[in-house]
Amino acid sequence: MEFLHSMGILAITPSTIIMWSIGLVLIYLAINKQFEPLLLLPIGFGIVVANLPGANLMQEDTGLLWLFYHFGIEWEIIPPLIFLGLGAMTDFGPMLRQPRLIFLGAGAQLGVYVTFFIAHSFMGFSLAESATIGIIGGADGPTTIFLASKLAPQLLGLVAVAAYSYMALVPIIQPPIMRLLTTDRERRIRMHKGRTVTQREKIIFPVVTAITLILLVPAAAPLIAMFMLGNLFKESGVVNRLSETAQNELMNILTIFLGVSVGSTMNGDNFLRKEVIYIFILGLVAFMVSTAGGILLAKLMNLFTHDKINPLIGAAGVSAVPMSARVVQKEAARVDKKNYLLMFAMGPNIAGVIGTAIAAGIFLTLLQK
Amino acid sequence: MSEEVRAPLAGNIWEVTVAVGDKVEEDDELVIIEALKMENPVYAPCGGVVKEIKVKKGDQVQEDAILMILE
Repeated sequence: MEFLHSMGILAITPSTIIMWSIGLVLIYLAINKQFEPLLLLPIGFGIVVANLPGANLMQEDTGLLWLFYHFGIEWEIIPPLIFLGLGAMTDFGPMLRQPRLIFLGAGAQLGVYVTFFIAHSFMGFSLAESATIGIIGGADGPTTIFLASKLAPQLLGLVAVAAYSYMALVPIIQPPIMRLLTTDRERRIRMHKGRTVTQREKIIFPVVTAITLILLVPAAAPLIAMFMLGNLFKESGVVNRLSETAQNELMNILTIFLGVSVGSTMNGDNFLRKEVIYIFILGLVAFMVSTAGGILLAKLMNLFTHDKINPLIGAAGVSAVPMSARVVQKEAARVDKKNYLLMFAMGPNIAGVIGTAIAAGIFLTLLQK
Repeated sequence: MSEEVRAPLAGNIWEVTVAVGDKVEEDDELVIIEALKMENPVYAPCGGVVKEIKVKKGDQVQEDAILMILE
């Protein structure tokens, strides 16, 4: 009889079963639809096993998944280290060639702030929760998780799943907005290459940027410091081993822990609330407004400059790297197949990653208790 | 008169879709350059005959590198 009670089967509730179904749907999407599989597969599995009654994988101090979550995410280790890998993969060249494209990466944070405002003022979310929901619009997984873990841990799993899902949907969400906001003539604009960037500049850039940005927004330091260190690994050319490890093995290891930990935070209590649907809608709004923000800013800049920007690349200001840059290339090629915007779009794309990290830093500065 | 075909962006040569001696029309696909896991076709700037191909599958090319010469 005691053994019977030790089995989890008796403790199954309807909400447990719903959570399993959600986990299984994510696993299905990852495998059958290739929907951000590197993250949604471990997240989905994490949800299923964290919601097995009796297993106590999320038991404080002893549960395996709790330990992953606590030391990996609560201690702020995994998201910054992922930024190390991202930094090592990043080429700032396209951005440095045309520094004005940095503004587009900033413009595409519009959705973050607009959604923050809507969520708080009209939907009754707390300031901390509203910031966590708004950051989905930056389309940056690690930053979203980083901010959520500090401001609204109860939403972490949810906003992470929303952010990664919308990233996977970039090719579906962005094109209609891009077509709506640009004219055929604007989409045909071919851009000039800009200046040449030397290797010395590429080495100096991460160092100077780290110092400047961290002095300006200290709360973003963990993300910015690691990102720039990773980039310095790459550009310095003297530590290829470190650069390779940060990009590949370390990144893969972190992805495993990140995915499972994020999944493990999701349970019936924090996921099966009526707000969940609002959060998904708000996340989508954030994403769409950010896309529009980048495009509209590019159009605005064109009013004041002779060297026109193809406004499509503004859409790449959301930090889904490099998916949104690819979407820009596809949209441009639809009207002019000899227009190669891919590398230009990488400028705002990279700037967007930094823009989102800074937005997170600003929220932390203002809202963290 | 010969015309150089240059790489519009840096990347790896994914495929060369023509051979020396082929006759091509303007806008025909000549080479596919892979960059950021995306295949970017390079099209003929004008009609002509492929005189020389400077790259092969798997090569890394910089922006503006000469890919082939049309005549």
